[in-house]
Amino acid sequence: MQDIDLIIQDREGIIHKVQAPTDMALNLMEVIKMHNLAPEGTLGTCGGMAMCASCQCYAVSKNIELPVKSDDEEAMLSEAFFVKENSRLSCQITITEELNNLEIEIAPYE
Amino acid sequence: MQTEIDDMIKTDILIIGAGPVGLFTVFEAGLLKMKCHLIDALAQPGGQCSEIYPKKPIYDIPGFPEILAGELTDNLLEQCKQFTPGFTLGERADKIIQNNDKTFTITTNKGTKHNAPVIAIAGGLGSFEPRKPNLENISLYEENGVEYMIKDPEIYRNKKVVIAGGGDSALDWTIFLANINSKVTLVHRRNEFRGALDSVEKVRDLKNQNKINLITPAEIIELSGEKKLSSLKIKQEEQIHEIDTDYFIPLFGLSPKLGPISNWGLEIENNAIKVNTFDYQTNIPGIFAVGDINTYPGKLKLILCGFHETTLMCQSAFKILNPGKKNILKYTTVSGVEGFDGTKKTAPKSVIQAINE
Repeated sequence: MQDIDLIIQDREGIIHKVQAPTDMALNLMEVIKMHNLAPEGTLGTCGGMAMCASCQCYAVSKNIELPVKSDDEEAMLSEAFFVKENSRLSCQITITEELNNLEIEIAPYE
Repeated sequence: MQTEIDDMIKTDILIIGAGPVGLFTVFEAGLLKMKCHLIDALAQPGGQCSEIYPKKPIYDIPGFPEILAGELTDNLLEQCKQFTPGFTLGERADKIIQNNDKTFTITTNKGTKHNAPVIAIAGGLGSFEPRKPNLENISLYEENGVEYMIKDPEIYRNKKVVIAGGGDSALDWTIFLANINSKVTLVHRRNEFRGALDSVEKVRDLKNQNKINLITPAEIIELSGEKKLSSLKIKQEEQIHEIDTDYFIPLFGLSPKLGPISNWGLEIENNAIKVNTFDYQTNIPGIFAVGDINTYPGKLKLILCGFHETTLMCQSAFKILNPGKKNILKYTTVSGVEGFDGTKKTAPKSVIQAINE
C-alpha cells in the first residue's frame, strides 16, 4: 500500500503538503498532529471521540468524496463555532487511498 | 494578618487537578503519611474522565480489561477515601506565591487560599473553561443573569431560565430545573439532541406536558437588560421571539485552557510543563507536574503513565516534607493500608491449624 498526499492549510494560512500512510488506521486529525500542524493541546483534545470540535476542518476539495457524517459528528458540529457548509471533524475521517490529494483547511481555534 | 493565615487551607501536598492522576496521588501520598488537598475548576472530581467521556470505555488501565471512565473515577475516589482528601471544586488555581518558609500559597479565582510545602500540578489539558457563545454584550451580564455552570441550582427555583445547548448537560439541567419549578425555555440549534436516551425522553415528556418551552432549531441572538439580564431575542428560522428571563445559561461544553498556570514562571513547551524524569519536578523546586500536563523526552499522554509519574513524585515530596528522614518502600500486601480516618485494610491472616489431630 502506498502513502497518499494531503494538502493541509494550518491556522496561520500556511499550506503544507504532507504524506500519510493508509495502512495504520490513521484518521485525518492524527495526521495533522503527526506533522505538528497545530500547537499541542489545541487540536484533537478529546482524543478522537467526536466529543470536542477542536479538530474541525473545512473540506476544500470538491472532487473527493468524504465518508458521510455520523450522528455523533453531526451533533458535535451543531454545537461548534465557525461552522461552515464544508465543516468536518477531522478525527472522523479515516485515511484511505480515495483521499489522495485531498485539500483541507484547519478551522480556527475557539 | 494572623487570621489570614488561619483562614488558609493547609495541607502537605496541594494537588491542582482532580483527574485520575490527581486522585491517585492522594493514595500514594497517603501511603507515605502525607495529606492532600485538591483544587479543580470543574464542579466534580474526575477531570476529563467525568466531564468529557464518563460513559466511554478505557482498555489500557493495567488490570482492567475494560473500564468506563466514570467507573475509573469512582474507583479512584474509593481507593483514596481512607486518606480523607480535601477538595476545592469549581474554582481555578490562579495565583501562586512562595513564602519565606519556602511553602507555597495558591489563591483561586474565588479567593480561596491554600498553603502547602509541595505543589503537584496534575492539570491534564489545563482548566476547563466554558465555551461562550459569540454574543456582543455577553460579558456585561456574566454573573448578572448569565451563568456558564450551574453550581447552586436553588437560585433558579421559581425563576425564568433560558438554557441553550443540545448535549447531556443542557438536557439534564432542563429536567432538574423544571422539577424545582423553574420556568425553563430550552433552545438548541438543531431539532436533534445528543444525550442519554432517557434524558431525551424525559425532556420530550416535559415538553408534551407543557412544563417546559422548547424552541428548535433556534439560536439566541441578542441579550438585553439594564445592569441585569431581563430579556433576550431568539431567532427560530425566520422568526424572532423576544422573551423575558431572569437567567440565561449557555451550556456549550467546556474547552481546556492552560490558563494562569502559564504565568507561574514554570518552563513551558508545547502547552505543557517541562519536568525531569527523576521525580517529575519542574524548574521550581517543590513544584511538580504529573500526568498529561507535563512533558519530557518520550512523554506519552496516558493515564497509566501519570500513575507511575505521581508515584515517583511522592518519594521526593516525602523528602521535602520530612528532611533527613529515611524512607523504605512498603508493599501494601504486606503492610496493609492505614487510613487517616482510622480505618485499616490488611490481608486476612492465614490460619495455622493442624488437620491431622
